[in-house]
Amino acid sequence: MDREITFGDAVIEALQEEMRRDPSVYLAGECIQVSYDRSPLLEEFGPERVRDTPISETAIIASSLGAAVTGMRPVAHIMFTDFLCCCMDEIVNQVAKIRYMFGGKANPHLVIRVQSAGGGRSAAAQHAQSLESWFIHVPGLRVVFPSTPYDAKGLMKTAIRSDDPVMFFEHNQLRRIKGLVPEEEYTIPLGDADLKREGKDVTVFAYGYLLHAALSAAESLKKEGVDVEVIDPRTLSPLDKDAIFKSVKKTGRLVTVEEGAKTGGVGAEISALVADEVFDYIDAPIKRVAALNTPLPMSPPLEKFVLPNESKIIEAVKTIV
Amino acid sequence: MDKEIMTGMYRNMCKIRRFEEKVSELFAAGRIPGFVHVYIGEEAVAVGACSALMKNDYITSTHRGHGHCIAKGGDLKSMMAELFGRRTGYCKGKGGSMHIADIDLGILGANGIVAAGIPIAVGAALSAKLRGSDQVALSFFGDGASNRSTFHEGINLAAVWKLPVIFLCENNLYAQTTPAWAETAVEDIADRAVAYSIPGKIVDGNDVVAVYETVEEAVKRAREGGGPTLIECKTYRWRGHWEGDPQRYRDQGEVEEWMKKCPIQRFAIHLMKKGIHTEEELKEIDDAVKNEVDEAIQFAEKSPLPDPEEALEDIYASTGRQVT
Ligand SMILES: Cc1ncc(C[n+]2csc(CCOP(=O)(O)OP(=O)(O)O)c2C)c(N)n1
Ligand SMILES: [Mg+2]
Repeated sequence: MDREITFGDAVIEALQEEMRRDPSVYLAGECIQVSYDRSPLLEEFGPERVRDTPISETAIIASSLGAAVTGMRPVAHIMFTDFLCCCMDEIVNQVAKIRYMFGGKANPHLVIRVQSAGGGRSAAAQHAQSLESWFIHVPGLRVVFPSTPYDAKGLMKTAIRSDDPVMFFEHNQLRRIKGLVPEEEYTIPLGDADLKREGKDVTVFAYGYLLHAALSAAESLKKEGVDVEVIDPRTLSPLDKDAIFKSVKKTGRLVTVEEGAKTGGVGAEISALVADEVFDYIDAPIKRVAALNTPLPMSPPLEKFVLPNESKIIEAVKTIV
Repeated sequence: MDKEIMTGMYRNMCKIRRFEEKVSELFAAGRIPGFVHVYIGEEAVAVGACSALMKNDYITSTHRGHGHCIAKGGDLKSMMAELFGRRTGYCKGKGGSMHIADIDLGILGANGIVAAGIPIAVGAALSAKLRGSDQVALSFFGDGASNRSTFHEGINLAAVWKLPVIFLCENNLYAQTTPAWAETAVEDIADRAVAYSIPGKIVDGNDVVAVYETVEEAVKRAREGGGPTLIECKTYRWRGHWEGDPQRYRDQGEVEEWMKKCPIQRFAIHLMKKGIHTEEELKEIDDAVKNEVDEAIQFAEKSPLPDPEEALEDIYASTGRQVT
């Protein structure tokens, strides 16, 4: 039986189910006991397993790593993507590399839950960034960026069970969106893209909040006779190359969409992969829709100018069909 | 303390209060975008501390920075316009509440990253020392901030290099939703000074005179080459952590108890008792301040929004523009 629940509640359900199933799962982070959305987790699992931390991003990540390699499965909470910058050594030098450096003998099975990713609400340069592309560059990390309540729940459950460290990004504009989620248990494997809309003229690669912008762009373009296929990678590492290639082979055209700055972004990687491996199938230049290469400004007209949106996706599609 | 300083302190405390009251109204009415954290209840800290500084001394501020900026002499119009995201704002609309700065007044910025300003103040103090200037730097930060590595690294560095810095902790008993007792191992953050071999002082943060005197002494010590001081001001924020905070983590009774200890009322009583000002005079000061705040709002509302393309300016020094 499916019910309609919010993205935020879907993630909480995943945490709850996994905490019931596996006593080694615990949560740690700033102000998580009294979160934005009321959650039943503190009441059910108590403060031992729902741990409020001091404002200490370095210690949140590193202590989770220490707990992970000694048998626990922490879900370390970082409030905003931007604050990942406060614990980059822990993520990049420690968490990502420990398995490799130790010859495969350590299991850093922790989830880094990024509770608020992305912009769109005038939160300015230090509370609105999209930095997921940094982490796909780091071997050893898994990067998940769901767009729907269904995907968020299934992927969070898999992330917790994964023996690899998983960065789990939740876009701030998705927290309250609703979607159908089964009551029965399910999981979604990492590295399994989802075709969110079938079409034959052009492939739009989009994830997170902008997946929804891509879907509405597709609806608008349909009225103009352009049949858009929308593919949601759901996880950026591992990346479901086959699904992307399959779609591109069918449509011969590709637009990538992401909220981070264009230079060195996710779209750059996807474009390079396509150019490298399925070049013969491409009939038009690959277009990247991304933020302009600026820090995020606070003033609404500035932020709107910098961030990608539905109309910028439509524009990009039109230049190649 | 001379009368002029005291009058100025009272005026600045009122300015902060009236400014913040309007900000929270305007935010609730949807007139101010972004994230806003107001300072009501903590006015004595910013005003006491900044009154002990010279105009060319430096401060670093926090996400809750309006009070610091006003106390250091910030211009209400430029501040309000910034909150409104207007071109005439302190940061041309790019920064908003969490990034207001006025380098000319030594205000090295509000900061969206908790505790980020602490080692930045250390650098400003080092710079003053290297340039042979007698400027000092004062860093405002919260109880929550004192748990970040930047606090510990910053203070240790300043202590080792004997730099002219004042570390000013505003202990308002909460870091967002977490009570200080639940996240800080010491009861008094001032105790942490021991670890860095510097003086640690505790002050009633709702007593503007006490804050002034304590900071003044630390400033003197810093200017004379005696190195840094850690000062903890015990205070309380009356409103939610951010505007819109449902405040499920504390009970209203606690808030009301603290509202009885209003720092502005307390200073008013002090001024009247000492015969420095009459009630009438104090009211005149407050009324003038209210007008000033209203003018700042009118200025902000009349100011133009930036053109979208202005987003591409100020990224680099060399071209001023980012070329894609
Ligand atoms: C590095 C970092 N972590 C978390 C946050 C989110 N955050 C903003 S303010 C705040 C609480 C700060 O508490 P405190 O330092 O006591 O200052 P107060 O808000 O009480 O003035 C938190 C957790 C942040 N901005 N930066
Ligand atoms: Mg605090």
